Amino acid sequence: MPRAALTGTRIRARRNLRGLRQAELARVVGVSPSYLNLIEHNRRKVGPDLLSALAHALGVSSDALVEDTDARLVEGARAAALRCDAELAELERIDEFTGRFPGWSKVLAETQARVERLERVVEQLNDRMTHDPYLGEALHEIISAVTSVQSTASILNDSGEIEPDWQTRFHQNILQDSARLAEGAVALVNYLDAGKTEETGLAAPQEEVEAWLAARDFHLPQLEQGDADIAAMVQGQIELSSDASRALARQWIGRFQADTLALPLDKVLAALSVHGFAPDALAQQFNVRFDQVLRRLAMLPPKACADLGLPAPGLVICDNSGTLMFRRGVEGFALPRFGGGCPLWPLYQALQRPHQPMRQRLVTAGRLGRSFQSYAYAATEVVLGFDKPTVLQASMLIIPADSANASELGAPVVVGASCRTCAQMDCAARREPSILMSATESADAL
Amino acid sequence: MEKRVLVIEDEPNISEALRFILTRNGWQVDVSADGDTALGALRSDPPDLLILDLMLPGISGFDILKSLRAQDGTRDLPVLMLTAKGHAADRFEAERLGVTRFMTKPFANAEVLDAVRELTAS
Repeated sequence: MPRAALTGTRIRARRNLRGLRQAELARVVGVSPSYLNLIEHNRRKVGPDLLSALAHALGVSSDALVEDTDARLVEGARAAALRCDAELAELERIDEFTGRFPGWSKVLAETQARVERLERVVEQLNDRMTHDPYLGEALHEIISAVTSVQSTASILNDSGEIEPDWQTRFHQNILQDSARLAEGAVALVNYLDAGKTEETGLAAPQEEVEAWLAARDFHLPQLEQGDADIAAMVQGQIELSSDASRALARQWIGRFQADTLALPLDKVLAALSVHGFAPDALAQQFNVRFDQVLRRLAMLPPKACADLGLPAPGLVICDNSGTLMFRRGVEGFALPRFGGGCPLWPLYQALQRPHQPMRQRLVTAGRLGRSFQSYAYAATEVVLGFDKPTVLQASMLIIPADSANASELGAPVVVGASCRTCAQMDCAARREPSILMSATESADAL
Repeated sequence: MEKRVLVIEDEPNISEALRFILTRNGWQVDVSADGDTALGALRSDPPDLLILDLMLPGISGFDILKSLRAQDGTRDLPVLMLTAKGHAADRFEAERLGVTRFMTKPFANAEVLDAVRELTAS
């Protein structure tokens, strides 16, 4: 979005707001009315001195005339318009709209962002409902009672003469099922209500934390200063609806804060501009553990990465139970929402070789397989004592691989997200049939 | 001769309603709330139709269906599966295992009657 285009429109809007004629403003800032006219119609760029003079004359700061948020406002307004199937003619005037009404544009962009966040929350709640065993059982109970009431009521209504004994029994059954239905409904409402404030929330805490981070592009700018108020960061956040999710978020933020302190942003970006994504070089340079580098690389400002021509990476972290504790997806590399991932992921291979950095090229299974470079590392996180189990955690960074240099990365391993959705039918590591298989293939697969 | 229908359903009020409707319409109805017990009777003396609930305590409707289809005497027994689980995945699984008809709860009595008439017609 050319900044000048919005600046001119904004100058005109501010002038009109103050009731100044074009000629008056031109005289005050020392340019001809025709030149100012060209500026206001976005046909001439505004130099810094003139911009300062215009801002002074209009009683605003220069920033108010050339805000950095222009592109974000335009994109927010565009996203809102596209969602509503706006007329294309109106869409073409989006620059004018954001230029003339920056305040309203900000409201629109923020409302749009809020809608997107809420939609993500709804999607997760929906997912959770599908997989929640208590909900499944409660709904089954209610449907059973409804079935009985409906069938029995229908008999009483449609069957003409019914013997008195049967009538009595059916009335009793309906009474019994009605009570059961009422109890079931109250229990269900209580369960759903509890989800608003307690740990029995509909979305699992991990899902809520991931949704919260995803809404921020997995970058928390407050941490870059090193003195973030972590408790304040998690208060009043839409996505973090339970005490458990806020506690988990605080735990992760604390970890990320330590990462930013050990790997300061400016120095990391400088190193990236030299090495690209090279976790080994960074670990050596900053004298930190390899997995700390992997986490840091997954939490960089997206714009800074884009400026260096680097894609946003994905990250998964698991403990030695194989449970995925943290998921940052990357386009083309699907991560499972539930259960474990693909057993061929280097993430799990790293668990078998703790403290050994691993690098592996990956290709996703399927007709449109995508290429990725992965780095994995596992380390001991908790030592319980002599002769006690230790707890390991493994991290895997997933970077979209440029097809141009893919051949330099060695032979790829074909991987999926999880067996359930994997298209690699003849995989020796398969632990359950894929939903993409036919019934016969499923029977033969194991 | 009356045709025999066995209902395996653990909800007593549903099985009672089914028994009443079917008996009144000329079928001989036996009811079982337990799949394990019913399986033995099914093998030794198969009915003309089985109405089978999916979610049962102990052995599930899928397990019963699978077991019936593996036995010569019950391989072709018509099975009407009634379930509160209406997910497409459950329907596919029932069809894969050889269900004759799949019906979700809550059902209309007339709908069940039509299905039973059709499945016991031959």
